[in-house]
Amino acid sequence: MMKAPVNKIIPFSNVDGPGNRTAIFFQGCPFNCLFCHNPETIHLCRSCGLCVEKCPAGALGFDERGQVVWDSAKCVQCDSCIKICPHDASPRIRWMTVEDLLGEVRRAAPYIEGITTSGGECTLHNEFLIALFTEVRKLGKSCLVDSNGSFDFERDPRVLTVSEGVMLDVKAVEKAWSEKLISHPREIVLKNLDYLLSVGKLYEVRTVIFPGRDRENEETVRYVAEHIRDNCFYKIIRYRPYGVREKYQKLLGEFETEAGYAERFALLARGLGAKKAYVV
Amino acid sequence: MSEALNIIQDPTLTYHQELLALARLGESTDDSLRYSDEYYEAKRKGALCDLNEGVMPYRPRYICPDYELLFQKGCTFLGLEPPKDLLEAVNALEIFYCHVPSITSFPVYLGDLDKLLEPFVRKEDRAFAKKVLGLFLRNIDRVQTDSFVHADIGPEDSVTGRILLELTEEMQLAIPNLTLKYDPEKTSDDFALACVRCMLKTAKPSFANHRMFVKEWGERYAIASCYNGLSIGGGGYTLPRLRLYECALGAGSPEDFLERELPRHIDLQLEYMDKRVKFIVEQSSFFKTNFLVTEGFVRQENFTGMFGVVGLAECCNHLLGITDKKKGFGMNEEATALGLKIMDAIDARVAAHEAPYCDAYGHRYRLHAQVGIDTDGMDDSPGTRIPIGVEPTMLEQLEVNEKFHPYFPTGTGDIFKFEETWLKTPEAVLAIIKGSLSNGLRYFSGYLENNDVVRVTGYLVKKSEIEKLRLKKQSLNNVTVFGMGAQDGGHALDRRVQQHDESAGQ
Repeated sequence: MMKAPVNKIIPFSNVDGPGNRTAIFFQGCPFNCLFCHNPETIHLCRSCGLCVEKCPAGALGFDERGQVVWDSAKCVQCDSCIKICPHDASPRIRWMTVEDLLGEVRRAAPYIEGITTSGGECTLHNEFLIALFTEVRKLGKSCLVDSNGSFDFERDPRVLTVSEGVMLDVKAVEKAWSEKLISHPREIVLKNLDYLLSVGKLYEVRTVIFPGRDRENEETVRYVAEHIRDNCFYKIIRYRPYGVREKYQKLLGEFETEAGYAERFALLARGLGAKKAYVV
Repeated sequence: MSEALNIIQDPTLTYHQELLALARLGESTDDSLRYSDEYYEAKRKGALCDLNEGVMPYRPRYICPDYELLFQKGCTFLGLEPPKDLLEAVNALEIFYCHVPSITSFPVYLGDLDKLLEPFVRKEDRAFAKKVLGLFLRNIDRVQTDSFVHADIGPEDSVTGRILLELTEEMQLAIPNLTLKYDPEKTSDDFALACVRCMLKTAKPSFANHRMFVKEWGERYAIASCYNGLSIGGGGYTLPRLRLYECALGAGSPEDFLERELPRHIDLQLEYMDKRVKFIVEQSSFFKTNFLVTEGFVRQENFTGMFGVVGLAECCNHLLGITDKKKGFGMNEEATALGLKIMDAIDARVAAHEAPYCDAYGHRYRLHAQVGIDTDGMDDSPGTRIPIGVEPTMLEQLEVNEKFHPYFPTGTGDIFKFEETWLKTPEAVLAIIKGSLSNGLRYFSGYLENNDVVRVTGYLVKKSEIEKLRLKKQSLNNVTVFGMGAQDGGHALDRRVQQHDESAGQ
């Protein structure tokens, strides 16, 4: 039975696509973005056990194979485990089958327009997504993929045939800035931007605006806006230090991007034809 | 110092609030309406509560006049002709409202305002109509100074409905309470979304499950006071309540409670209701001489008694020995299942009781999930609600609510506090409302966490007015003091906030 590591399920979310949606967060991400505000979703648990002794609720332990296991009933959600984890991982994940997840979606079904899979990076679990979306669509619900763009959709477009589209992060365009910010080559992201546009499966692009990074911000926003025009939404996101690892906060900023500053880039995007650009 | 002296020296009471308090005091000097010793004992223990209705009922608790009749044939007693235009219509209503009694002495039902006024509004220029309706709402807020004053709109879209929403948002008033009668087939999404936006910003209107109410009451039903379902041209005689937690204190086990303590308390409350209803109909002059009755604006046979309950959550937790509320009713299948069992038992016993003077409802009283009063503290949560402070996710909270709402034709509801981003996605809120109403939810209220006008338990207050009372200043709204009590004793404004999804977007 195919299983995937799920970090969190939010039954009602109003910020992950149109309407009210169930948002499913998978564990694991091939990027290591400096500004990631849930870095505990980046890697899978290595069962080093550091968190087990730190858990004040006795919710963590080892199984017979020495793997760290989590007891959700005992957990008090104090986050001690993810704060102590040196590997940007979390012991609080559930390995779920498509049927397990469908159970959650069925419960929320009367109240939602659809689901959005996110992460981590949900496309790491491509086969799982295809199976999940196929079933969710039978419930009459829409499926959106929230992706960092690391998956080559052109080479394997199957997930697109069972989903309404992709919400794509374009975090950086300029090469050096990109390598520093996301620790990953940007070419695949930009290729996906073009490909998803060409097949009409780009629902939304998101870019985070950093305080004081005039040049980098402008370069990214300009590139995205000129590509997408008014073909999809463009969400301009203010950087917020909440959840960002301390060492990177020092690098990127300890305060959030001011609304007025972010608004400048939305204005720029709209001026370049990306009419559906807005700040959050 | 005498109680009367206390009242007239209280710096926080307005003149009218003093007058009402003195009237209540005067009423309490009579003891001609007597109940059994066992009733008084249960009341003393806090297991039964009469909501301070007063010992000598001289009017039904809630009255829902047939305002359409006023517009058709006028009112002889008040010397009002049927109105010919919007100004006359609004003027007639303003006058009429001042003569509709209730437990609070303010009218708890103002009519289905959009339906009543639409023919007149349509004949006027929109700007003029808006000006008139704005003055009308101001009159209601300053003259009917009590948040249990309630108006209804819907289910259909209308010019009047739209103007009332615009004004509600612009004026930010706590009075009147407002309900949209929502039916997915009759209410357009566009109108419903306008109502959602208004609700988030001003805590009103709430959404009533129109189909459910029509099935129980017929098309001519009113949502009055907090969220009471009643007949137009009728009303509710009385509303006492079982305080279920206190009812359960004398029980050794869930079985003991269901077999002994619960039926005993139900019967005591029925005894109270029967005597009171008979007194109102037979002894007091209301149904004999009041113009509302003699001119046909209400009919005695359209009244019923509202059988109230509070504190189901605490009752179930106590009976199952659950001390941690976070693991109790609402989050715990066993406790929720016991709650359903208790409600089935209450429903069956009340339905088996032949009630006097309830002709239109098969001679039966109807159940009501009472929203609590300021002095309940944390012992009895409103009706069948999950206690404030331990609410699970909104999905789980709705699922529990949907199981319990069908029991209460005379009203129940729950309230959801939303974080600011939901204002940008009213369609997401509407999807939640639609889903829950189709799943059996009766009544949905919501508001944004940072509003001034907020919904306390069922009624609206302004947080800024509560602050006035704290500074020993007067508040024009009679209900502000209840809001302060509910906040101080029951943390009623601290309900869980529906966050946007914090993990997304960065």
